[in-house]
Amino acid sequence: MLTYAIKRVGLAIVILFTVMFAMYALVFLVPGDPASLALGPRATPALKAELIARMGLDRPVPVQVWNFFASALHGNLGYDVWSRRPVAAQILEVFPNTLFLGAMALGWAAALGVALGCLAVVWRGTLIDRLLGILSVSMIAVPPFVIALYALAVFAVWLGWLPAIGAGTPGDPVSQFRAVLLPAFAIGITWVGYLARLVRASMLEVMGANHIRTARAFGLSEARIVGRYALRVAIIPTIAVLAVGFGSILSSAVFVETVFSRPGIGMLIVSAVAKRNYPVVMGTVLFMTAFYLLVVTAADLLIARLDPRVRDAFRG
Amino acid sequence: MTAPLLDVRGLSLSYGPVRALRGVSIDARAGEIIGIVGESGCGKSTLASALIGLPAPGATVAGEVRIAGEDFLALPEARRREWRGARVAMVFQDPMTSFNPVLTLGDQLVDFQHRSPVPRAEKRARAAAILARVGLPDPDLALRRHIHELSGGMRQRAAIAAALLMRPMLLVADEPTTALDVTMEAQIIHLLRELRAEHQGAIVVITHHLGVIGELCDRVYVMYAGEVVEEGTVDEIYHSPRHPYTRALIDCDPAHIDGPAGRLPTIPGRLPDLTGTLRGCAFQPRCPRAGPRCLALAPPRVAFGPTQAAFCHEAGR
Repeated sequence: MLTYAIKRVGLAIVILFTVMFAMYALVFLVPGDPASLALGPRATPALKAELIARMGLDRPVPVQVWNFFASALHGNLGYDVWSRRPVAAQILEVFPNTLFLGAMALGWAAALGVALGCLAVVWRGTLIDRLLGILSVSMIAVPPFVIALYALAVFAVWLGWLPAIGAGTPGDPVSQFRAVLLPAFAIGITWVGYLARLVRASMLEVMGANHIRTARAFGLSEARIVGRYALRVAIIPTIAVLAVGFGSILSSAVFVETVFSRPGIGMLIVSAVAKRNYPVVMGTVLFMTAFYLLVVTAADLLIARLDPRVRDAFRG
Repeated sequence: MTAPLLDVRGLSLSYGPVRALRGVSIDARAGEIIGIVGESGCGKSTLASALIGLPAPGATVAGEVRIAGEDFLALPEARRREWRGARVAMVFQDPMTSFNPVLTLGDQLVDFQHRSPVPRAEKRARAAAILARVGLPDPDLALRRHIHELSGGMRQRAAIAAALLMRPMLLVADEPTTALDVTMEAQIIHLLRELRAEHQGAIVVITHHLGVIGELCDRVYVMYAGEVVEEGTVDEIYHSPRHPYTRALIDCDPAHIDGPAGRLPTIPGRLPDLTGTLRGCAFQPRCPRAGPRCLALAPPRVAFGPTQAAFCHEAGR
C-alpha cells in the first residue's frame, strides 16, 4: 500500500511540474509581451518598462522559470498586476466559496445518483427502471447553463424563493446555504443522471457475479449481500468517476459563478483574463491543477484501500 | 436400507421454452458419495443450482427436492435461506470468481457462519481450523488474504472449507476439480475421500470427468439432455453400461483407449433442441441401436439388478 501511495503521489507531482512548465510557456507563446498586452497600445514606455521589471520579464528566461518555480513552491504565486496584492491571498479569499459550491453540487448529485442507480437495479426491467433511464439521460443531455438560466428565472425571479446573485453574507451560514442552492443544482444535475447510469450498470454487473451467488448459497440476507458484497465492489469505479467529476464541476464554476455573480475561483479567472492579469491567471490555474490532482490522488488511494487487486497490481 | 438423505423426485426446470431439466430423480443416503456425469449442456450445473434452490433468474422449477424428509423447494424463501450453508452447502465450480474479490477470505468465512450464535473470534478460529483440515499450510495467513492472492489449489481447498463450515448434511460439489491440474486434482479427490469418512452427510459430485467419478463415487447418475439416462454403482456403469449413451461416453474417455489411436472417438450428432417437448427418446437421433419405438415412445426404466437401471427401449435386449 505504501509503495502504491508513493507512486501515486510522485505521479501527481510530475504532472503538476509539467503543468507549471506549460503555464509558463504560455507567456512566451502569446504574441506581444505580456506588459504591453496588459497596458494597451497607448501606454508610455516608462510605464511599460516599470511593469516589465515588476513582472521580472527583463531577466533571462531560465532565471524567470526558476523564480516562478521557486516562489510557487514557497506558496508565492506572484502579484496582481493592478492591485499588487499577492495572488495566493486572492485565491484563498474566494476559494472556500468555490469549494463549497463544488462540494454541495457533487454531494447532492452523488447521493441522488447512487440512490437512483440502486433503485433501478432493485426494479430492473420494470417501468420504473425505464423511466429512471429516460430521466437520467435527459439530465445528462441538457446543458448546465440552460438549467442555470431556467432555475434562475423560476426560483429567483418568478417565485423569489432564493437569491439570484452572490454567495450570501459572510459569516451567515443560512444565507450562504440559500445562495449555493441554485448554482449547485445547475451544475450537479448532469452528474445525477450520469452517476445513476454508472451505478446501475456497475451494480447489475456485480449482482450477476459468481461471488454474489456464493453469498446467497450461504444464506446471507439480500440486504447484507447488496450492502456489503455488491456495493463494496460496485462503488469502486464510481469513486474514480466522482473524483474526475469534481474536477469537471470546478471548471463548470467558471460559467456558473458568472451567471450567478458568485465570488469564486471562476469569477477570479474570468476577470483576470479580461484584464490581461497574467500572474492571477497563472496562479489560479496552477492552484486549481494542484487541487484537482490532490482530489484525484486521494480517490486513487481510497480505491486502493477498498480494492486489494489495484494495490497488488502496483506492487513492484 | 435407510431412508435417503437426499431424495429428488421428478425435478423439472425450464427457462421460458427451454426445458433444461426434465423429470430428474436421484437419491443419496448418508455417508454416500454420488456422481452426476454428462457432457456440457446436459443440465448438470442446472441440477446443482436447483438442489440449493438457487436457479438462475427467470427459471420455473417443479418437482421435489427432499432433504432429510422435508421438501426444500416447497419451503418459503426465508426458511430456505436458513438451510443454505447450514444443511445444504455448495462447492462452486470456479473458486477464483466464487469468492468476493474485495473482502478477505477470513471476513467471508466468518460471514458464512452468520447463523451460528458464537462470538466472532470463535468463528474465525473455526474457519482457521477448517482451513487447516483441508490442508492449507498457514490458515491464519490465508484468512487475512484476498482470493486473488491464493494459488488455484488453495482456492479450491478454501471453497471446500467454506462449504464444510456449518457441517451441512448435504454437500454439493459442482466440478470441484475442473479448474485444477492433474496433481492438484488427485490431491482434492484424496481430500474429498478423507472428508467423506468424517462427514456424516451425503456428497453429490457433479463433473464431466469420468475419472473423478471412478475415484470418488459410490454410485453414478448419467445425464443426457436434462434427463437421467442410467444409474448404477461405479462398477456397473464402468464395466457393464446398459444405455447406449453411457457406452458411447465411456468409449470416448481417453483413459479407455489402449495403444495409438488416430482420431479420438466422438459421439456423432449433437445435443437435441431442449425447447418444447421431446417425442420418444432424447438420445434416439444419435443412437446406433435406435428402433421405431424410440421415435414414438418415452423410454421405460429398465432395472438390471438392485442398483442399476437404464432408461432405454433397447437396453434389455
